[in-house]
Amino acid sequence: MADAIARTGALEGRFLNDEGITLVRAEPATRLLLRAPETALKPLSKALGLDLPQRPKASVSGGKRAALWLGPDEWLVIDENGGDLMEDCASVSAFHSAVDVSHRNTAVLVSGPRVEAVLNAGCPQDLSLDVFPVGACSRTVFGKAEVILWRTERDAFRVECWRSFSDYVFMLLEAASRDR
Amino acid sequence: MAQPFRIATAGRLGKADPVRFTFDGKSFEGLHGDTLASALLANGVHLVGRSFKYHRPRGMVSAGAEEPNALVGVHRDAARRAPNVRATVQEIHEGLNAVSQNRWPSLSFDVGALNDLASPFFSAGFYYKTFMWPKAAWERVYEPFIRRAAGLGEAPDRPDPDCYANRFAHCDVLVIGGGAAGLSAALAAANAGARVILADEQAETGGALRYETGAMIDGMPGWNWAQAVTADLAARDNVRLLTRTTGFGYYAQNMVGLVERLTDHLVSPATDQPRERLWQVRAKRVVLATGAIERHMVFPDNDRPGIMLASAARTYLNHFGVTVGRNVAIYTAGDSAWQAALDLKRSGVSIAAIVDCRPDPQGPHVEEARRLGIECLTGHAVTGTGGRLRVSSIKVRPVSGGAERTIACDALLTSSGWTPAVHLFSQSRGKLAFDAETQRFLPGNAVQELVSVGACAGNIDLGETVAEALKAGHEAAGGVARKLPKLAADSTERWSGGMLGAGEGAGAESTAKAFVDFQNDVTAKDIRQAVREGMRSIEHVKRFTTTGMATDQGKTSNMHGLAIAAEMLDRPIPEVGLTTFRAPYTPVTFGALVGHGKGRLFEPVRRTPMHDWAEAHGAVFEDVGQWKRAWYFPQAGEDMHAAVARECRTVRQSAGIFDATTLGKIEVVGPDAARFMELMYTNPWQKLGVGRCRYGVMLREDGFIYDDGVVGRLAEDRFHVTTTTGGAPRVLNHMEDYLQTEFPDLKVYLTSTSEQWAVIAVQGPKSRDIIAPLVEGIDLSDDAMPHMSVREGMICGVPTRLFRMSFTGERGFEINVPADYGRAVWEAVWAEGEKHGACAYGTETMHVLRAEKGFIIVGQETDGTVTPHDAGLSWAIGKKKTDFVGMRGLARPDLVAPGRKQLVGLRTRDPKTVLEEGAQIVADPDAPVPVPMLGHVTSSYWSENCGHSIALALVAGGHERMGETLYVPMPEGAITVEVTSTVFFDEKGARTNG
Amino acid sequence: MLLIHCPYCEEGRPELEFRHAGEAHIARPENMAELSDEDFERFFFIRSNPKGIVYERWRHIHGCARFFNAARDTVSDRFLTTYKAGEPKPDLDGEGK
Repeated sequence: MADAIARTGALEGRFLNDEGITLVRAEPATRLLLRAPETALKPLSKALGLDLPQRPKASVSGGKRAALWLGPDEWLVIDENGGDLMEDCASVSAFHSAVDVSHRNTAVLVSGPRVEAVLNAGCPQDLSLDVFPVGACSRTVFGKAEVILWRTERDAFRVECWRSFSDYVFMLLEAASRDR
Repeated sequence: MAQPFRIATAGRLGKADPVRFTFDGKSFEGLHGDTLASALLANGVHLVGRSFKYHRPRGMVSAGAEEPNALVGVHRDAARRAPNVRATVQEIHEGLNAVSQNRWPSLSFDVGALNDLASPFFSAGFYYKTFMWPKAAWERVYEPFIRRAAGLGEAPDRPDPDCYANRFAHCDVLVIGGGAAGLSAALAAANAGARVILADEQAETGGALRYETGAMIDGMPGWNWAQAVTADLAARDNVRLLTRTTGFGYYAQNMVGLVERLTDHLVSPATDQPRERLWQVRAKRVVLATGAIERHMVFPDNDRPGIMLASAARTYLNHFGVTVGRNVAIYTAGDSAWQAALDLKRSGVSIAAIVDCRPDPQGPHVEEARRLGIECLTGHAVTGTGGRLRVSSIKVRPVSGGAERTIACDALLTSSGWTPAVHLFSQSRGKLAFDAETQRFLPGNAVQELVSVGACAGNIDLGETVAEALKAGHEAAGGVARKLPKLAADSTERWSGGMLGAGEGAGAESTAKAFVDFQNDVTAKDIRQAVREGMRSIEHVKRFTTTGMATDQGKTSNMHGLAIAAEMLDRPIPEVGLTTFRAPYTPVTFGALVGHGKGRLFEPVRRTPMHDWAEAHGAVFEDVGQWKRAWYFPQAGEDMHAAVARECRTVRQSAGIFDATTLGKIEVVGPDAARFMELMYTNPWQKLGVGRCRYGVMLREDGFIYDDGVVGRLAEDRFHVTTTTGGAPRVLNHMEDYLQTEFPDLKVYLTSTSEQWAVIAVQGPKSRDIIAPLVEGIDLSDDAMPHMSVREGMICGVPTRLFRMSFTGERGFEINVPADYGRAVWEAVWAEGEKHGACAYGTETMHVLRAEKGFIIVGQETDGTVTPHDAGLSWAIGKKKTDFVGMRGLARPDLVAPGRKQLVGLRTRDPKTVLEEGAQIVADPDAPVPVPMLGHVTSSYWSENCGHSIALALVAGGHERMGETLYVPMPEGAITVEVTSTVFFDEKGARTNG
Repeated sequence: MLLIHCPYCEEGRPELEFRHAGEAHIARPENMAELSDEDFERFFFIRSNPKGIVYERWRHIHGCARFFNAARDTVSDRFLTTYKAGEPKPDLDGEGK
């Protein structure tokens, strides 16, 4: 029997560093798409070690794990340490749906003082700090792809998209970066 | 002397660097900061183009975006050839190469000018009359003629090599226009702390202050103040200052489209630098400070080169330091043109005469003109002009009648007053109100969060303009009333007067060409003719005469046209109506609208994790939606036919390996998952055992097939649903719709897992042998894992959902592994497969193999009008179910009526003939036309495994026609076919366990 | 491009994130199987399509993914209100005229 094989993500080796903007492929992570009614939030939060946010656009993070509000009953949970999120939720008996989407998504880390302008080349939302503060997250569009934006720092966003869209998303980010 | 019409003491370009450019191949010198128009005028060139219809010589009319005449081609290189560029807007740069348009063989001698002599044939509405008959002439004579004659510039014939950018932006206050009003508004809004965007179409802000020399603001000459405020604003974090940026469209909820020109003024822009950037701005409040546009006078032969707007001459003189002539005449109905005469006179230019049709104009400018010794002919009119390629004289006579006199001149400046630029206000759906006293349409009540200030709101006083703009900016920013800023502003220029419509000599009886719309060659006579021929609304007059329909959209002409029509109809102007202002305000390139979305970014190209492997192994790809799918894998010397035949053979003899990753996947989770599945699919699901699979059929409420796919039950409360590749997003949307809005009480959630899993199909008698060495923890024996079952375990050390299923009719597996492992697992499977002589196969072989088995493909055998009964899938409908989406629709009378088109197989009498997909099917090819059509071929292939061609078809009453002979008429003759079962291979289905 | 207030995200979002989903407040009958042809026609095919205020469904498909309802004036294109799926039709007498 073969040994366990390594993950070969999309965007392998892709990188861009231009004046005021850097694009880096995010490290492979474990991801969970969590759907749950309000009644299950307490046990799920306990199981995951995170208080699942209930306000629109809100996220919570602790250590290398974060939960992003996507909708009133939908969260994306990301664990950058490879923690087994499915296992964590398995003990919760209250009705919910936990689905492993670790490989469904790919992420690009976009950072630098020009980050808002670069993202606004394809994202129609207002990304100014007043409206989209650090920690805010939202599913939205970037050009012709659907993405999830998560502002991790004042000048840094994590852009999550489906695996096969990542090439398009990265190329559009590159094109936007060239618009100085 | 270079630039003979440059006046060293005038203008602001001063000691700017000289710039060399060419026009029609001739080299000229201008100054850095010139527009093409100002640089040509500095060289004494007025003639820059020929008119659209009559090919009359034309020169610059204006100094701005409203220019109707001076359209040129600008050729940067073979691919970059921009047509219809306004010379008054294009800045010159070293090496700029501009050419005139609409002339042959040359600008000064143009054969097309014969149209001018033939003008009686080209009067208003000639398009609608001349080309009516005979019918045959349309194709051979009229259309080629119109095509050759139509349009002005020449479109580039190569792909546009430039890139374009897009930017979504949000702000508190968007100010359109950077003149005195716009700058004041932006300043006040910025001071109040708002996020401000200020857009101005010129290279520099300042607006009318470019030429208005009498303005003082905040103790400074107006222009100097404008530049100081601009520098101040540009340095602020809360202000984005955009020059060379046109607000071209005002859309719903304060969405305004701006286009910023980034490189057209540069000598050699970087290749990756966008040429233009589209701004889609969402503003909380908009301040429109778009100014006003001067109108020309309408009189006979008012279109010769050298006849231009008075404000344009002032701009060329006061900003660019260029005089438009040496002996300049003025013809006006208002005060503002007098100032042009005074400015020119003071710069040493001779003024031939000032002709004012008003009997007794008053004011300091009149006194000053008389003091300077200028001949002032008040109560007079210009009734004609002379000169061929340039105006050389004017005919003048008293308005009250009397002798005509000719006055020599080399330029004529005209003004009939000012039209507020209400275009964007009108686009915002605000209603315009006609001010009878000043004969202007002004912004009425706004329906969006906007305010108009300054000249576009009808304000002609600089002090009031600045005050109202400061207030507007301050209030738009939410500033408190007591902090309202103030600025001292005053101007020595206060203008009144003006007229609409045709002047003397161009009245109702005149046959002269007195142009209303220069760009489309529409005269006062044309407008009158339109009314005489029954046009009553201005919308009809516009379409009949084409007035205002050129690329300038009638910025200088619409009010004249309206006034002439109103006079003819003897009705007040507002009753005749104003044509609708539509975006864009000035032409916008397709590039700007497309933005980043071209070439590789036209749309996402989706590739599976195994794509590169397939590419390396010679796959030919086909597009399936946005996906690239391996179509077939030709080996050396193989064409598509040979490759597909080999792949088909190999799968049934040994095994084939196929990338099925693109199939849609949805995880349905929750205690009510089976109940939900019962509602969404025709099939029963409650009793499907854990670890078992079922082929599911999904209908729309109307009873027609919407999608299909194999569904595996992983747990009591968890289903792994697959959809068609193209159907994945809409199926999830369809399921979410029902779950959220019709069945919200069901305890179930849906999650797309399409891209979580890479899917490797291994099909063929050797499939189990191939995967067995790689699989861990799953008993692959037929007893433990029969056909249509699913197991979770490990393969190659990574987790898998392993399906035993088949779309080929062979023993088969579909290996689902997390996508990032897909490539490695594929390679391991491939290595095992090679030991058994397996092949990689593509979508074409997949299609053939499933057709041999009579399996449908949604979207190929179905077209939104096919029921499960039609498709031979009645067995997939749960007979005991009381509800599912589409159940009631299926019972509709027409869906159960006899004679519906049903899916059958077809075999050609000649086994080698392969039918064409989409071909029609008839019972009697010799029947009289129209031959009754029975249906059409949905799928057709050469089947290597059967040794004959196979086809699937939808045929009326097909299920009752087994064995019948039908015909497929083709251009070469009808093909004889026999109606058969849809299953061509292994009819008993033994091979799924073979 | 419209700005649409999503009642779940509690803010106005660009139209690009949304998808229109037809007329609102047409409930799927619970007794589907017994529906007469005429009733099925009324349910499935007949839509009011008035000039003026329409009640329509939207999905914030590239946002929170929820279906919701909106009242919009087809003359001015103005949204009068948006509200969550399942909430009653708002009383808008006199609005949007």
